[in-house]
Amino acid sequence: MSLRVRDWRDAMLQTVPVMFGYLPLGAAFGILFMQLGHPWWGALLMSLFIYAGAGQFLAVTLLANHAGLLEVAVATFMLNSRHLFYGLSLIKRFQGAGWRKPYLIFALTDETYSLLTSQQQTDPSHHDHATAWRISALNQLWWVLGTIAGALAGATLEFDSRGIEFALTALFIVLTLEQARRLRRALPFLIALVVGLAAIVLLPDRHLLLGAIGATSLILLAHYYGLVRGGRV
Amino acid sequence: MSETMLLLTIVVCALATFATRVLPFVALSRHAEHPLILHLGRYLPPAVMLILVLYALRDFRPLADGSLNGGENGFPLVVASITVAVLHLWRRNALLSIIGGTGLYMAMIQLGWLVPS
Repeated sequence: MSLRVRDWRDAMLQTVPVMFGYLPLGAAFGILFMQLGHPWWGALLMSLFIYAGAGQFLAVTLLANHAGLLEVAVATFMLNSRHLFYGLSLIKRFQGAGWRKPYLIFALTDETYSLLTSQQQTDPSHHDHATAWRISALNQLWWVLGTIAGALAGATLEFDSRGIEFALTALFIVLTLEQARRLRRALPFLIALVVGLAAIVLLPDRHLLLGAIGATSLILLAHYYGLVRGGRV
Repeated sequence: MSETMLLLTIVVCALATFATRVLPFVALSRHAEHPLILHLGRYLPPAVMLILVLYALRDFRPLADGSLNGGENGFPLVVASITVAVLHLWRRNALLSIIGGTGLYMAMIQLGWLVPS
Protein backbone atom coordinates (compact mmCIF):
# COMPACT_ATOMS: atom_id res chain seq x y z
CA MET A 1 0.00 0.00 0.00
CA SER A 2 1.38 3.37 -0.93
CA LEU A 3 2.35 5.82 1.76
CA ARG A 4 -0.33 8.31 0.76
CA VAL A 5 -3.17 5.78 0.98
CA ARG A 6 -1.93 4.72 4.41
CA ASP A 7 -1.77 8.35 5.56
CA TRP A 8 -5.38 8.93 4.54
CA ARG A 9 -6.48 5.67 6.15
CA ASP A 10 -4.78 6.61 9.42
CA ALA A 11 -6.40 10.05 9.36
CA MET A 12 -9.77 8.46 8.59
CA LEU A 13 -9.53 6.14 11.59
CA GLN A 14 -8.93 9.19 13.79
CA THR A 15 -12.02 10.92 12.40
CA VAL A 16 -14.41 7.94 12.75
CA PRO A 17 -15.99 9.28 15.99
CA VAL A 18 -16.52 12.65 14.30
CA MET A 19 -18.07 10.83 11.34
CA PHE A 20 -20.62 9.19 13.68
CA GLY A 21 -21.50 12.65 14.96
CA TYR A 22 -21.32 14.72 11.79
CA LEU A 23 -23.25 12.40 9.43
CA PRO A 24 -26.46 12.40 11.56
CA LEU A 25 -26.10 16.05 12.62
CA GLY A 26 -25.41 17.12 9.03
CA ALA A 27 -28.41 15.06 7.91
CA ALA A 28 -30.57 16.69 10.59
CA PHE A 29 -29.51 20.07 9.26
CA GLY A 30 -30.26 19.04 5.66
CA ILE A 31 -33.72 17.76 6.57
CA LEU A 32 -34.59 20.89 8.57
CA PHE A 33 -33.32 23.09 5.76
CA MET A 34 -35.54 21.35 3.18
CA GLN A 35 -38.59 21.39 5.44
CA LEU A 36 -38.39 25.18 5.54
CA GLY A 37 -38.79 25.20 1.76
CA HIS A 38 -35.31 26.28 0.71
CA PRO A 39 -33.56 24.91 -2.40
CA TRP A 40 -31.21 21.98 -1.68
CA TRP A 41 -28.10 23.79 -2.91
CA GLY A 42 -28.47 26.31 -0.09
CA ALA A 43 -27.81 23.57 2.47
CA LEU A 44 -24.81 22.36 0.48
CA LEU A 45 -23.36 25.89 0.19
CA MET A 46 -23.78 26.41 3.92
CA SER A 47 -21.97 23.19 4.83
CA LEU A 48 -19.22 23.98 2.32
CA PHE A 49 -18.63 27.63 3.20
CA ILE A 50 -20.00 28.28 6.71
CA TYR A 51 -19.18 24.85 8.19
CA ALA A 52 -20.33 25.45 11.75
CA GLY A 53 -22.97 23.17 13.26
CA ALA A 54 -24.71 25.56 15.63
CA GLY A 55 -24.01 28.48 13.28
CA GLN A 56 -25.89 26.83 10.41
CA PHE A 57 -28.90 25.96 12.57
CA LEU A 58 -28.91 29.58 13.72
CA ALA A 59 -28.75 30.80 10.11
CA VAL A 60 -31.82 28.72 9.24
CA THR A 61 -33.68 30.19 12.22
CA LEU A 62 -32.69 33.73 11.26
CA LEU A 63 -33.80 33.13 7.66
CA ALA A 64 -37.18 31.89 8.88
CA ASN A 65 -37.52 35.06 10.98
CA HIS A 66 -36.53 37.36 8.10
CA ALA A 67 -33.64 38.76 10.12
CA GLY A 68 -31.61 41.61 8.66
CA LEU A 69 -28.08 40.99 7.40
CA LEU A 70 -26.49 43.01 10.21
CA GLU A 71 -28.40 40.96 12.75
CA VAL A 72 -27.24 37.78 10.98
CA ALA A 73 -23.62 38.94 11.11
CA VAL A 74 -23.69 39.93 14.78
CA ALA A 75 -25.60 36.83 15.95
CA THR A 76 -23.31 34.47 14.00
CA PHE A 77 -20.17 36.17 15.26
CA MET A 78 -21.36 36.03 18.87
CA LEU A 79 -22.42 32.40 18.62
CA ASN A 80 -19.08 31.32 17.17
CA SER A 81 -16.84 33.65 19.16
CA ARG A 82 -15.51 30.75 21.25
CA HIS A 83 -13.43 29.99 18.15
CA LEU A 84 -11.38 33.10 19.00
CA PHE A 85 -9.93 31.19 21.93
CA TYR A 86 -9.27 28.06 19.87
CA GLY A 87 -7.08 30.10 17.51
CA LEU A 88 -5.17 31.53 20.48
CA SER A 89 -3.90 28.09 21.43
CA LEU A 90 -3.09 27.04 17.85
CA ILE A 91 -1.03 30.01 16.63
CA LYS A 92 2.20 28.10 17.18
CA ARG A 93 0.76 24.79 16.03
CA PHE A 94 -0.24 26.17 12.60
CA GLN A 95 3.02 28.04 12.01
CA GLY A 96 4.68 27.04 8.75
CA ALA A 97 1.62 25.20 7.45
CA GLY A 98 1.98 27.05 4.12
CA TRP A 99 -0.85 26.64 1.61
CA ARG A 100 -2.76 24.46 4.06
CA LYS A 101 -3.00 27.17 6.71
CA PRO A 102 -6.05 29.10 5.39
CA TYR A 103 -8.06 25.88 5.21
CA LEU A 104 -6.87 24.67 8.64
CA ILE A 105 -8.12 27.96 10.10
CA PHE A 106 -11.39 27.92 8.14
CA ALA A 107 -12.20 24.34 9.19
CA LEU A 108 -11.60 24.84 12.91
CA THR A 109 -14.77 23.37 14.45
CA ASP A 110 -15.10 22.15 18.06
CA GLU A 111 -14.46 18.58 16.97
CA THR A 112 -11.52 19.32 14.65
CA TYR A 113 -9.95 21.47 17.38
CA SER A 114 -10.33 18.55 19.78
CA LEU A 115 -8.67 16.08 17.43
CA LEU A 116 -5.84 18.42 16.41
CA THR A 117 -4.90 19.37 19.97
CA SER A 118 -4.95 15.70 21.00
CA GLN A 119 -2.65 14.40 18.27
CA GLN A 120 0.44 12.66 19.53
CA GLN A 121 3.50 14.76 18.76
CA THR A 122 6.31 12.43 17.81
CA ASP A 123 8.64 15.35 17.25
CA PRO A 124 7.53 18.46 19.16
CA SER A 125 9.67 20.79 17.05
CA HIS A 126 8.04 19.65 13.83
CA HIS A 127 4.28 19.90 13.58
CA ASP A 128 2.60 17.52 11.21
CA HIS A 129 0.57 19.88 9.04
CA ALA A 130 -0.23 17.25 6.41
CA THR A 131 -1.98 15.04 8.96
CA ALA A 132 -3.81 18.03 10.42
CA TRP A 133 -4.98 18.93 6.93
CA ARG A 134 -6.23 15.39 6.22
CA ILE A 135 -8.14 15.27 9.53
CA SER A 136 -9.71 18.69 8.88
CA ALA A 137 -10.71 17.83 5.32
CA LEU A 138 -12.21 14.45 6.28
CA ASN A 139 -14.23 16.01 9.10
CA GLN A 140 -15.75 18.49 6.67
CA LEU A 141 -16.35 15.69 4.18
CA TRP A 142 -18.49 13.85 6.80
CA TRP A 143 -20.40 17.06 7.49
CA VAL A 144 -21.06 17.75 3.79
CA LEU A 145 -22.02 14.13 3.06
CA GLY A 146 -24.45 14.18 6.00
CA THR A 147 -25.97 17.42 4.74
CA ILE A 148 -26.45 16.06 1.21
CA ALA A 149 -27.96 12.82 2.54
CA GLY A 150 -30.36 14.79 4.73
CA ALA A 151 -31.32 17.23 1.99
CA LEU A 152 -31.88 14.57 -0.68
CA ALA A 153 -33.16 11.52 1.18
CA GLY A 154 -35.12 13.51 3.75
CA ALA A 155 -37.10 11.55 6.27
CA THR A 156 -37.04 8.31 4.26
CA LEU A 157 -33.97 6.99 6.11
CA GLU A 158 -34.68 3.43 7.26
CA PHE A 159 -31.96 3.09 9.92
CA ASP A 160 -33.07 4.09 13.41
CA SER A 161 -30.18 6.33 14.30
CA ARG A 162 -31.67 7.96 17.40
CA GLY A 163 -28.95 8.56 19.94
CA ILE A 164 -25.99 8.20 17.57
CA GLU A 165 -25.03 11.85 18.19
CA PHE A 166 -23.74 10.67 21.57
CA ALA A 167 -20.59 9.68 19.63
CA LEU A 168 -19.45 13.32 19.89
CA THR A 169 -19.91 13.34 23.68
CA ALA A 170 -17.99 10.06 23.88
CA LEU A 171 -15.23 11.57 21.74
CA PHE A 172 -14.91 14.56 24.10
CA ILE A 173 -14.73 12.23 27.12
CA VAL A 174 -12.00 10.10 25.51
CA LEU A 175 -10.02 13.20 24.48
CA THR A 176 -10.32 14.70 27.98
CA LEU A 177 -8.89 11.48 29.46
CA GLU A 178 -6.07 11.49 26.89
CA GLN A 179 -5.26 15.15 27.64
CA ALA A 180 -5.17 14.36 31.37
CA ARG A 181 -2.83 11.42 30.79
CA ARG A 182 -0.49 13.58 28.72
CA LEU A 183 -0.51 16.75 30.82
CA ARG A 184 -0.52 15.23 34.34
CA ARG A 185 -1.60 18.57 35.81
CA ALA A 186 -4.90 19.06 37.59
CA LEU A 187 -5.03 22.84 37.11
CA PRO A 188 -6.82 23.23 33.73
CA PHE A 189 -9.31 20.50 34.66
CA LEU A 190 -10.11 22.09 38.02
CA ILE A 191 -10.66 25.46 36.36
CA ALA A 192 -12.84 23.89 33.66
CA LEU A 193 -14.88 21.93 36.22
CA VAL A 194 -15.64 24.93 38.43
CA VAL A 195 -16.24 27.35 35.54
CA GLY A 196 -18.23 24.81 33.50
CA LEU A 197 -20.58 23.90 36.35
CA ALA A 198 -21.03 27.56 37.29
CA ALA A 199 -21.84 28.40 33.66
CA ILE A 200 -24.43 25.60 33.44
CA VAL A 201 -26.16 26.90 36.57
CA LEU A 202 -25.86 30.62 35.85
CA LEU A 203 -25.91 31.18 32.09
CA PRO A 204 -28.67 30.66 29.51
CA ASP A 205 -27.97 27.87 27.05
CA ARG A 206 -26.96 30.05 24.11
CA HIS A 207 -24.21 31.85 26.08
CA LEU A 208 -23.00 28.79 27.95
CA LEU A 209 -20.03 27.68 25.84
CA LEU A 210 -18.74 31.17 25.14
CA GLY A 211 -19.10 32.19 28.79
CA ALA A 212 -17.31 29.12 30.10
CA ILE A 213 -14.47 29.15 27.55
CA GLY A 214 -14.02 32.93 27.82
CA ALA A 215 -13.90 32.82 31.63
CA THR A 216 -11.43 29.92 31.54
CA SER A 217 -9.15 31.87 29.17
CA LEU A 218 -9.25 34.88 31.50
CA ILE A 219 -8.39 32.71 34.53
CA LEU A 220 -5.47 31.15 32.64
CA LEU A 221 -4.37 34.68 31.73
CA ALA A 222 -4.48 35.71 35.40
CA HIS A 223 -2.63 32.52 36.31
CA TYR A 224 0.09 33.37 33.80
CA TYR A 225 0.56 36.87 35.20
CA GLY A 226 0.57 35.40 38.70
CA LEU A 227 3.46 33.15 37.64
CA VAL A 228 5.27 36.09 36.03
CA ARG A 229 4.88 38.18 39.17
CA GLY A 230 6.14 35.28 41.28
CA GLY A 231 9.18 35.10 39.03
CA ARG A 232 8.38 31.58 37.85
CA VAL A 233 8.26 32.27 34.11
CA MET B 1 -38.03 34.12 0.34
CA SER B 2 -35.89 35.24 -2.56
CA GLU B 3 -32.85 33.25 -3.53
CA THR B 4 -30.79 36.44 -3.43
CA MET B 5 -31.62 36.87 0.26
CA LEU B 6 -30.67 33.22 0.91
CA LEU B 7 -27.33 33.68 -0.87
CA LEU B 8 -26.61 36.96 0.94
CA THR B 9 -27.37 35.34 4.30
CA ILE B 10 -25.01 32.48 3.49
CA VAL B 11 -22.23 34.89 2.51
CA VAL B 12 -22.65 36.97 5.68
CA CYS B 13 -22.74 33.85 7.90
CA ALA B 14 -19.66 32.43 6.21
CA LEU B 15 -17.71 35.67 6.67
CA ALA B 16 -18.80 36.13 10.30
CA THR B 17 -17.87 32.52 11.15
CA PHE B 18 -14.51 32.74 9.40
CA ALA B 19 -13.79 36.01 11.21
CA THR B 20 -14.06 34.27 14.59
CA ARG B 21 -11.61 31.61 13.41
CA VAL B 22 -9.03 33.80 11.69
CA LEU B 23 -8.85 36.84 14.02
CA PRO B 24 -6.35 35.43 16.54
CA PHE B 25 -4.04 34.32 13.74
CA VAL B 26 -4.13 37.73 12.07
CA ALA B 27 -3.81 39.76 15.27
CA LEU B 28 -1.23 37.66 17.09
CA SER B 29 0.77 35.82 14.44
CA ARG B 30 3.96 37.71 15.35
CA HIS B 31 3.71 36.63 18.97
CA ALA B 32 3.62 32.86 18.49
CA GLU B 33 6.69 32.39 20.72
CA HIS B 34 5.42 34.66 23.49
CA PRO B 35 5.30 32.73 26.79
CA LEU B 36 1.67 33.75 27.31
CA ILE B 37 0.63 32.24 23.97
CA LEU B 38 2.57 29.06 24.83
CA HIS B 39 0.89 29.00 28.27
CA LEU B 40 -2.58 29.21 26.68
CA GLY B 41 -1.58 26.66 24.04
CA ARG B 42 -0.70 24.22 26.80
CA TYR B 43 -3.57 24.68 29.25
CA LEU B 44 -6.53 25.87 27.16
CA PRO B 45 -7.13 22.70 25.07
CA PRO B 46 -7.56 20.32 28.06
CA ALA B 47 -9.82 22.85 29.79
CA VAL B 48 -11.95 23.33 26.66
CA MET B 49 -12.23 19.56 26.27
CA LEU B 50 -13.68 19.14 29.76
CA ILE B 51 -16.03 22.10 29.23
CA LEU B 52 -17.32 20.44 26.03
CA VAL B 53 -17.99 17.27 28.05
CA LEU B 54 -19.89 19.22 30.72
CA TYR B 55 -21.79 21.09 28.01
CA ALA B 56 -22.80 17.83 26.32
CA LEU B 57 -24.03 16.48 29.66
CA ARG B 58 -25.92 19.61 30.73
CA ASP B 59 -29.30 17.85 30.38
CA PHE B 60 -28.44 15.83 33.47
CA ARG B 61 -29.55 17.96 36.38
CA PRO B 62 -30.02 15.62 39.30
CA LEU B 63 -31.45 18.26 41.61
CA ALA B 64 -33.45 20.35 39.14
CA ASP B 65 -36.81 21.50 40.52
CA GLY B 66 -35.76 20.37 43.98
CA SER B 67 -36.31 16.69 43.23
CA LEU B 68 -34.18 13.87 41.89
CA ASN B 69 -34.75 14.46 38.22
CA GLY B 70 -32.62 13.18 35.38
CA GLY B 71 -33.94 15.63 32.85
CA GLU B 72 -34.62 14.48 29.31
CA ASN B 73 -32.30 11.55 28.58
CA GLY B 74 -30.23 12.61 31.58
CA PHE B 75 -29.72 9.15 33.07
CA PRO B 76 -28.80 7.43 29.78
CA LEU B 77 -26.30 10.25 29.17
CA VAL B 78 -24.60 9.71 32.50
CA VAL B 79 -24.64 5.89 32.36
CA ALA B 80 -23.21 5.90 28.82
CA SER B 81 -20.60 8.52 29.76
CA ILE B 82 -19.38 6.50 32.73
CA THR B 83 -19.24 3.46 30.44
CA VAL B 84 -17.04 5.38 27.98
CA ALA B 85 -14.69 6.55 30.75
CA VAL B 86 -14.39 3.07 32.32
CA LEU B 87 -13.86 1.38 28.95
CA HIS B 88 -11.19 3.93 28.09
CA LEU B 89 -9.32 3.70 31.39
CA TRP B 90 -9.44 -0.09 31.09
CA ARG B 91 -8.47 -0.72 27.45
CA ARG B 92 -7.30 2.70 26.24
CA ASN B 93 -8.74 2.06 22.81
CA ALA B 94 -10.52 5.23 21.63
CA LEU B 95 -12.71 3.54 19.01
CA LEU B 96 -13.78 0.78 21.42
CA SER B 97 -14.70 3.32 24.11
CA ILE B 98 -16.66 5.52 21.71
CA ILE B 99 -18.50 2.72 19.90
CA GLY B 100 -19.24 0.89 23.14
CA GLY B 101 -20.66 3.96 24.86
CA THR B 102 -22.60 5.14 21.81
CA GLY B 103 -24.10 1.69 21.22
CA LEU B 104 -25.25 1.54 24.83
CA TYR B 105 -26.71 5.05 24.63
CA MET B 106 -28.61 4.26 21.41
CA ALA B 107 -30.00 1.08 22.97
CA MET B 108 -31.13 2.98 26.08
CA ILE B 109 -32.79 5.77 24.07
CA GLN B 110 -34.45 3.49 21.54
CA LEU B 111 -35.61 0.87 24.04
CA GLY B 112 -36.61 3.46 26.63
CA TRP B 113 -34.36 2.34 29.50
CA LEU B 114 -33.95 4.94 32.23
CA VAL B 115 -35.85 7.44 30.09
CA PRO B 116 -38.64 9.20 32.03
CA SER B 117 -41.97 8.35 30.41
